[in-house]
Amino acid sequence: MKGVRLTWPRVVVALAVLIAAAAALVAWINVRGEDALTGSADSFVATPELVARGAYLARAGNCAACHTDRGGAAFAGGKGIATPFGTVFASNLTPDAKTGIGAWSAAQFWRALHNGRSADGRLLYPAFPYPNFTEITRADADALFAFLRSQVPVAQANRVHALRFPYDLQASLAVWRALFFSPGVYEPVAGRSPQWNRGAYLVRALGHCAACHSPRNAFGATRDSLELSGGLIPLQNWYAPSLASGAEAGVADWSDVEVAALLKTGFTPRGAALGPMAEVVFRSTQYLDDADVAAMTAFLKSLPQAPARAPAVPAVDKGAFAHGAALYRARCADCHGASGEGGRGAQGVVYVPLAGNRKVLLESPANLIHIVVNGGFPPTTAGNPRPYGMPPFGPSLKDEEIAALATYVRAAWGNAAPPVSALDVLDAR
Amino acid sequence: MIASILLRPLAAVALVLAAVPAAVAGSPPPVPDTMAQRMQPCSACHGKEGRATPEAFFPRIAGKPAGYLYNQLDNFRSGRRAYPTMTYFVEQMSDAYLHEIADWFASLDLPYAPPQTVGAPADEIARGQALVRDGDAAHGIPACVQCHGAAMTGVLPAVPGLLGLPRGYLVEQFGAWRTGQRKALAPDCMARVATMLTPADIAAVASWLSSQPVAVGPAAADSIARPLPLACGSVPQ
Repeated sequence: MKGVRLTWPRVVVALAVLIAAAAALVAWINVRGEDALTGSADSFVATPELVARGAYLARAGNCAACHTDRGGAAFAGGKGIATPFGTVFASNLTPDAKTGIGAWSAAQFWRALHNGRSADGRLLYPAFPYPNFTEITRADADALFAFLRSQVPVAQANRVHALRFPYDLQASLAVWRALFFSPGVYEPVAGRSPQWNRGAYLVRALGHCAACHSPRNAFGATRDSLELSGGLIPLQNWYAPSLASGAEAGVADWSDVEVAALLKTGFTPRGAALGPMAEVVFRSTQYLDDADVAAMTAFLKSLPQAPARAPAVPAVDKGAFAHGAALYRARCADCHGASGEGGRGAQGVVYVPLAGNRKVLLESPANLIHIVVNGGFPPTTAGNPRPYGMPPFGPSLKDEEIAALATYVRAAWGNAAPPVSALDVLDAR
Repeated sequence: MIASILLRPLAAVALVLAAVPAAVAGSPPPVPDTMAQRMQPCSACHGKEGRATPEAFFPRIAGKPAGYLYNQLDNFRSGRRAYPTMTYFVEQMSDAYLHEIADWFASLDLPYAPPQTVGAPADEIARGQALVRDGDAAHGIPACVQCHGAAMTGVLPAVPGLLGLPRGYLVEQFGAWRTGQRKALAPDCMARVATMLTPADIAAVASWLSSQPVAVGPAAADSIARPLPLACGSVPQ
């Protein structure tokens, strides 16, 4: 830098040039690879077959989970999605011309799914899981568009997101996208069967399983290198267990029938779908056809499984263990069995065994505590239309009692998971 | 009814027979394939078989008209009523199961606990009784009995009986209607009633209702004089 004097004007100019260059780069990254917006709202022709296909795909993608508010009109939006950065409100997807997507073209809808940009050019927040939906094919996007356009138009203005500074700025979002988002349709993997590729597409693209089952970094982006390796769902205190670990929710050693039972009925003797997964089964996976369930099963069973960690030897306080054992006998044994063996009805297991139950043994006790505190029912499905349920023990047991109970079921009958403290319970309640 | 009486001994025999192999094998008896067993989680708050407990906040659900119970389950599922545990329990349930749940609790004919409210001031009880039986014409308030039945035990298919409910629960429901926390299908008649009542009126009605002993078999009335004093979206006109 000899011979160049750093005067204030020069520094300012240099900084301005740098900032402008960075902004231009970010702006370019944000729109790179976009297709030209051809066609208009009126030029799109939907056949009944396309609408029916779109209806099926909308279930596979579980669009209604966010875009239909509780008790609200179908796909009219308004539901708040709580994130660590504030609340994002799902938008109106009905074909209302003013407040929905009635004036959108198929190309604009495709750009929203594939590039995360709205019809008016705004960058969309990734609470709308376009980092996953970008892998959806154009043909499927058009089918979804046809289905949504067949809905009853509902005039309901979109709610303004309630995000904190600086997350409320489009510029911040542009930087986030430059760092963590790149568009791209799912490319079938050579050497894998069509079934496997179909399953991978359903899990990664439409099903957006990674939105919960992958860990997120400090900026809320899922980490590709750790795909489906489990994640704590922000603000819900539910841990979406790893699909790539036999110790968590991996299904490599499950039979095809068992995986299908979980996705179609929400219940298997190895565990029931509760909490967020109950919703996924109820609204989405129970409606998948057998071929798609088999495809997802093939893909999920092929995920590389993390080696089992050496089990930590839990130092269990004898007093807590005995206290937990007494609580278990009084509150749990009637259904889950004196030795955690579960309860069987005439048709098979109706109360899952707790001995050897992976949900009980997860390193994070969050789900176990959630279930003891809140109880709950698995979803009603065609295969399990009248589910049995679990009472909530939150109202009748103190934090210390729930901790002792959880500690006991994690250490009894050959189970070996670390103890749970009253503080853990307070955290997860 | 007759069929069920005749079948009961058969069912008992079948149960015993079913239990024999299990007992021989040393394994526990099978979980009963009944609604009573499926609805165990409800007892945690609503008491054994939904009959409530006098000291608790949670309402009795046993013996309420099935239409009323179904409407409430749907209200929780649809966000018209807000109680996190109830919402969490019903949000992934089909209409068919909600109807079966409502029908089952409606079918339970169980004794009531003694009344919760004892020794309320006489003038409060008198005001409560007047509102229940006669309403308050000067303020346009209909009598409770005009919709909930002369015995206040409800009217089929969807108007609930109000006796045997905890006083705190009753007061809170009026509060929830006034603030919009609790809603029913429009037109929401009880929301209108709740805004007509003063806080003192609400206290009086709740005290009177929760001080009444309830005899065995307080069946809901089959019908009531129409039209109702207010239009109610949750009650077929």
